[in-house]
Amino acid sequence: MNALTLAGLSGAALIGMGLYGFITNAHLLRKIVAFNVIGGGVFLLFGAVAHRGAASGMSADPVPQALVITGIVVAFSATALAVALLLRYFKETGTPFLSDNCETSGSRSDVERS
Amino acid sequence: MNVPFGFDASLAVLTLAVAGYAIAVRESFAAVIAFISYGLLLALVWVRLSAVDVALTEGAIGGGVTGALLISAAAKVGNGVADVSRPLGRVGKFFIAFLCAVITIGIAVAFLSLPESAPTLAPLAAEHLPSTGLGNPVTAVLLSYRAIDTLLESVVLVFAVVGVWTFASDHHWGGAPESPGRDRPEEPLVFLGQILPPLGILIGVHLVWTGATEPGGAFQGGTILAAAWILTMVAGLTKPPSIGGRWLRFALVGGPALFLGIGVAGFVIAKAFLAYPEGYAKAFILVIEAGVTVSIAVALGLLALGPPGRRLP
Repeated sequence: MNALTLAGLSGAALIGMGLYGFITNAHLLRKIVAFNVIGGGVFLLFGAVAHRGAASGMSADPVPQALVITGIVVAFSATALAVALLLRYFKETGTPFLSDNCETSGSRSDVERS
Repeated sequence: MNVPFGFDASLAVLTLAVAGYAIAVRESFAAVIAFISYGLLLALVWVRLSAVDVALTEGAIGGGVTGALLISAAAKVGNGVADVSRPLGRVGKFFIAFLCAVITIGIAVAFLSLPESAPTLAPLAAEHLPSTGLGNPVTAVLLSYRAIDTLLESVVLVFAVVGVWTFASDHHWGGAPESPGRDRPEEPLVFLGQILPPLGILIGVHLVWTGATEPGGAFQGGTILAAAWILTMVAGLTKPPSIGGRWLRFALVGGPALFLGIGVAGFVIAKAFLAYPEGYAKAFILVIEAGVTVSIAVALGLLALGPPGRRLP
């Protein structure tokens, strides 16, 4: 058991924990947080799997590292989009939860304006 | 690096505990704070995997800017009152936990049963490193071998900003995002807002410049510049810009446009898209990085600010 194995197993555990939070938390912001926990786990698992190829003279394989850096930036972009969607939803309905009986009779902000 | 196993084990336990807290805690604000700690702990794990470039990115973007974004969102939406028309019973939660555990165990078994020797492109990356004039192989992958990925990534950030702006109400279009701080920020915050941004600018530019030979680069440096900008706005020292501003939009798309322009020029000067002429690779890469850094900083700042919410007077 070394740092590498430990990182891979942590990644697997983080994916499971994040998935649980993503399904069971009804609060939409909590779902976004849980989704990012999954993301961190996936990156870590990928990094640990790819690190096994680092034996050839370098401290770590640069190609998967570049992939993960790209992944983190894209994950942030997606999170920012999700948060903007959540805030707009919150402005319209006044609740951070998805509801079955979502009223569709005009948004609150439109009413405020008139 | 000679680090006792106990350090790695406690780091792993701490990371999992903080992640678990972020999932399980009741208040969404506490969950976001735990998530930020989670990002910083993950950065430490990346250092232990000798991936310092990734660690810097995870700490700055995964923990820092994502944290700033989530904190302001948590402050706006609060905890809310759950719609309990269809609560998830104890049996249901247990069932879901069981399935998630099965997934974790499956991934762990797959990870442990991988063969010893892995395919790798590291020797190839090391072999051609001198031709790029760079010393950091990760920067070489990002801006030379796989430059197209990075070009598209910088475009993704612009698209994300466009996507966020589309959530603006019609009558706010062309205005500015709401100020992320309070109307009357506390004095310590103003003090930090004055003292930290110069340091942030210095560190950000340093990370971009040093990224050619040491860990660092446009994304890490740009994120720190964005953080310095956000801090001045939280402290009320600067106001969020109007989204219709010409300079703002130019700064936003300038980096990717420059990158694309040099890429197309590659057809003429180096016989291929995104190829650099021999001997001048490093100069071209530094010019691209400088432009992309500005655009990344502006894009990250705008993403953290959200859609326009007020009209400028």
